[in-house]
Amino acid sequence: MASGTSAASKKLSLISSEPCYYKPHGSKRWSGLGLVFQLSAFYFLFLSEVVIRVENLGKRYRIQHRQQRQRYVALRDVLADQTKSMARRLWSVVRGPWSRSPVVHSPSQEDFWALRDISFDVKQGDSLGIIGRNGAGKSTLLKILSRITVPTEGRFRMRGRIASLLEVGTGFHPELTGRENIFLNGAILGMSRAEIGRQFDAIVAFAGIEKFLDTPVKRYSSGMYIRLAFAVAAHVHSEILIVDEVLAVGDVQFQKKCLDKMGEAAHTGRTVLFVSHNMGALAALCQQGVLLEAGTVRAYGAIQECIRLYLSHDERPGDSLLDNCRRSPGLKAVLSRIRVTSPGTQAPGIIPCGGMAEFRFVLHNVADRTVRIAFTIYNCLGVRVCHFDSGIASFLANADLHHHCLSCEVTALGLVPGNYSINVAVYDGMALLDHVSEAVDLQVVDSNYLGNGKLPDAANGLVVFPHRWASAAKI
Amino acid sequence: MQLQQKFAVLSQELIIEAGRAERQYWRDLWTYRELFYFLAWRDILVRYKQTVIGIAWALIRPLLTMLVFTFIFGRLAKLPPDGSAPYAVMVFAAMMPWQFFSTSLTESSNSLISNANLISKIYFPRLIVPAGSVITSFVDFLISGVLMVVLMVWYHWVPDWRILCLPLFVVLAFAAAMGPGLWLAALNVKFRDFRYIVPFIVQLGLYVSPVGFSSRIVPEKWRLLYSLNPMVGVIDSFRWALLRGETTLYWPGILTSILVTVLLCASGIWYFRRVEKTFADII
Repeated sequence: MASGTSAASKKLSLISSEPCYYKPHGSKRWSGLGLVFQLSAFYFLFLSEVVIRVENLGKRYRIQHRQQRQRYVALRDVLADQTKSMARRLWSVVRGPWSRSPVVHSPSQEDFWALRDISFDVKQGDSLGIIGRNGAGKSTLLKILSRITVPTEGRFRMRGRIASLLEVGTGFHPELTGRENIFLNGAILGMSRAEIGRQFDAIVAFAGIEKFLDTPVKRYSSGMYIRLAFAVAAHVHSEILIVDEVLAVGDVQFQKKCLDKMGEAAHTGRTVLFVSHNMGALAALCQQGVLLEAGTVRAYGAIQECIRLYLSHDERPGDSLLDNCRRSPGLKAVLSRIRVTSPGTQAPGIIPCGGMAEFRFVLHNVADRTVRIAFTIYNCLGVRVCHFDSGIASFLANADLHHHCLSCEVTALGLVPGNYSINVAVYDGMALLDHVSEAVDLQVVDSNYLGNGKLPDAANGLVVFPHRWASAAKI
Repeated sequence: MQLQQKFAVLSQELIIEAGRAERQYWRDLWTYRELFYFLAWRDILVRYKQTVIGIAWALIRPLLTMLVFTFIFGRLAKLPPDGSAPYAVMVFAAMMPWQFFSTSLTESSNSLISNANLISKIYFPRLIVPAGSVITSFVDFLISGVLMVVLMVWYHWVPDWRILCLPLFVVLAFAAAMGPGLWLAALNVKFRDFRYIVPFIVQLGLYVSPVGFSSRIVPEKWRLLYSLNPMVGVIDSFRWALLRGETTLYWPGILTSILVTVLLCASGIWYFRRVEKTFADII
């Protein structure tokens, strides 16, 4: 892509994103709008760099509820209910079970919009990160874009071959050997036999399973299985790559390898759509982001902004720690909010490796107590990495007000990049007042801590110290 | 972007809109044509993995059924064979299409469910899955064809020019297996009841179709009605082609069977296409 034209095309893309582009159903007779539509279609095809255009996409599921029953269950009612529902079912078979005509809703059915009004564009060569909590609709969106399910409303256009990787090892058959599975999986992902043949050696080398090529994959270790599966997917040549949270599996080195491979794809002009909960990976790989919340787009734009919004979500009033479910039972809710910040980064919860970190704890109902706080940082594997205790530091805060705020400043938090969580305990002298596990998440990201932009691999250790190498004169 | 590249990707443009049929479906089917082969290849490979006698199972099943049928219908019940043809050859000429039909019906009706992991995680034209299992059964059909040759050598039975029409009837058998297979596969996704109905159809069909006996023994006035069973036409034409025309073709019956087959096949494709979009949501 020539960079010189990008300014001009940006201007064009502004024109094209006028709302008149959106074409409501049944407006065909309105020729003026139709012309605009055709012009914009022409524009989409020939002039723009947009490869994915999503417009007002929505997906509805119908969910069943159990009907409110009477206090006691009579056989007569059960039989009547059964007969009724049987008749209804038979009727639906006769009418065609998938008919689109509006259905008379029984009170036990409810519409659930997994996605609503999703619109965004992705340009050629861009990487789009899709962020959201569990249930926000990320996977549904990817399923629609990779054509596994159809949208209930709206539409999308795509240009180029699509390879989607929603799950590692889709279509692998445990009885078949590694070699056979490479061919099968490649075909399922849309590669031709000749193409697989050409890529075969590269795939095997990437997976590192040369010795076990003729062993059934049911005898593979789970690591080998995942490596092979990703290797096949990574070698599909497509213009658009859709990847769901598949990197959550596998060890750290493998994850890094996969991310590198995806970065490579993005740099060679392929368009990548990427769902992950790993903010570090998203920030490194993507330029654009979409933040989904309850099936709608909450933010769309630069990835940093989306990540910031996503992480700051914790701070909304409704998410106070006072009614946190991970509080140890039987304890009084004292801890109301935790904020972890680093002066260098805008987003709370993100600390550069070796950067300064401030942990701020807001307490409630602690009047006339001598408050002591202890917290432990756990890494993503649940290993206790370090512990901080205001008692050890001989800091005892005499809270005389109803609210009290304590802060702990760490000069250089030398943890290897990754995800961490914090357990917090609040004491009154020696008596435990409150304890919340996984009270807040923390993400340590890459930094220039060691002076040259490199950091040791997370697989090889937990902490990073600034250090200096030299040739010693004496032995 | 280069203009050339533009035109290259232009051909791959994809528009998906709610409530509108996909225009590129048949093109996709062509793009994914190798998947037919790979799915069939997988099923065949997997079927005989960890078995001792492997592919010989494909021979033993029709052979034993043929022996039992010849004994029961030919010897015990003393039903008449077609002209001078040996009873065993006559039974086996029917056994071949019948086995093909019954295995492909069973396999294809379960195919979508047993490939649920594929369907919910990746896109490809879903038609490939049941079609792939029909192709798998067709491999068994070819193997039993070898057995047919052995049987003919054993009985010194030399077929005449009519055997050249056999490929045509194989196509008919293919269509007869495909139509109901598509219907049952699609219905099975939503209504698992069909999982219990299919074995019943296959079991009953073996006796309703003229496998162990010649369709000549059906009274003349019932033959047209009898031919509504598409397998009657398929089996009769197979016998006609393999038994030197010892059975005279009952044309109204054959045409009825062909008509029913075509109807089932067309409606099967239509129904399958209509509901396949929802498979991933309900499977």
